[in-house]
Amino acid sequence: MAGPVQQEMERLLKEAFSPTRLDVINDSAKHAGHSGDDGSGESHFTVVIEAPAFADKSRLERQRMVNRALGDIPGERVHALAIQASAPTS
Amino acid sequence: MSDTNQRIADIVGDNDVVLFMKGTPLFPQCGFSSRAVAILDHCGVAYDSVDVLQDMEIRQGIKAYSDWPTIPQLYVKGEFVGGSDIMMEMFEAGELQQMMDEKQVSKAAS
Repeated sequence: MAGPVQQEMERLLKEAFSPTRLDVINDSAKHAGHSGDDGSGESHFTVVIEAPAFADKSRLERQRMVNRALGDIPGERVHALAIQASAPTS
Repeated sequence: MSDTNQRIADIVGDNDVVLFMKGTPLFPQCGFSSRAVAILDHCGVAYDSVDVLQDMEIRQGIKAYSDWPTIPQLYVKGEFVGGSDIMMEMFEAGELQQMMDEKQVSKAAS
């Protein structure tokens, strides 16, 4: 069952990019009890997203686009966010 | 420009390769910072690190400096390169090593 932050991330990313692939993976359990684990169970995420909007964009630009779409979630409400953003091939 | 911005500008201006991280290269306090250190070590370049956990002004200021919400952050010759995801992608593609060569950064003492 996805938690509220995960659901919000999925909603924001869908609205922003209409992705052809989107996986928001909660890695928090792997980091339970170490620094950065706030006990919420929603501290560490990986986002795998594929969307046409990322075509012809640099890695930096893609990550910026994802971070912007997520507002205050990366670095503030979520301790750790890994992002793999790509454009659909062919 | 705020004082903190100026301090950051001085740090990235004075050092070829700078990693803003949580903890130190010997004792990283976060998995992403640990990964960034490992990548730089593999590249064999000399780098300086700034432990943002020791300096709240830098910790907040660095996010605004490059409009980038997370740490670690890598700067080469004053230019923001990215966080650990980008470092890893570039390293795996051989692009990070190539960039270090092109920018002629100093090698780590072996």
